[in-house]
Amino acid sequence: MALLSPADQEKLRDSFKEMTANVRLLFFTQTVGCETCLQTRQILDELPPLSGRISVEEVNLVLEKDKAAQYGIDRVPAIALLSQDGEGQGHDSRIRFLGTPAGYEFISLVHAIMLVGGRASGLTEENRQRIASVDKPVTMQVFTTPT
Amino acid sequence: MAFANPNITALAVEATEFPDLARRYQVNGVPKTVVNDAIEILGALPQDAFVQQALSTFGYGVSTLTPPES
Repeated sequence: MALLSPADQEKLRDSFKEMTANVRLLFFTQTVGCETCLQTRQILDELPPLSGRISVEEVNLVLEKDKAAQYGIDRVPAIALLSQDGEGQGHDSRIRFLGTPAGYEFISLVHAIMLVGGRASGLTEENRQRIASVDKPVTMQVFTTPT
Repeated sequence: MAFANPNITALAVEATEFPDLARRYQVNGVPKTVVNDAIEILGALPQDAFVQQALSTFGYGVSTLTPPES
């Protein structure tokens, strides 16, 4: 059963047309002890039918430890966004979502997909330069709730 | 910001699903942004203020934009 209404599907399909690059969502999950993984999978499954540029790849946290470590993921459900070049090679955007992307988090996920898919970030030139000059590792965690 | 610099990683964390993280970072309201476990930004800020606060304590980038007065 579709989680998105036909009207919302149409709006998203239209928005995704702006994308100029393919985006792969790495969905980190595990089969036991993850109450919200199924719901997350159902939400993510709504996206590829709306755009040929979006794909979902499931990664098992327990069985694929190396891949989880590569992306710094140690809990589920989690999503890592990759941009894909012409050869299908993935490039880590270093944008991650921990937890179910429901409610407003779904909107944030859609925005992140659009950004990785080639849409302008909306950063001013001054801020873009300021951010570009950061030369040490920075981790930013944004805590949200699903309402 | 993560998309604008490969040194930056951005995580959106759903606080109710990970109460241990919410406790560790004392999340009492959302949105709350924690940068390198050192800077805390409460609420949503305009872009300029957010970028400045997020990068402030490290002094990153600020010097290139505000040259010392001669």
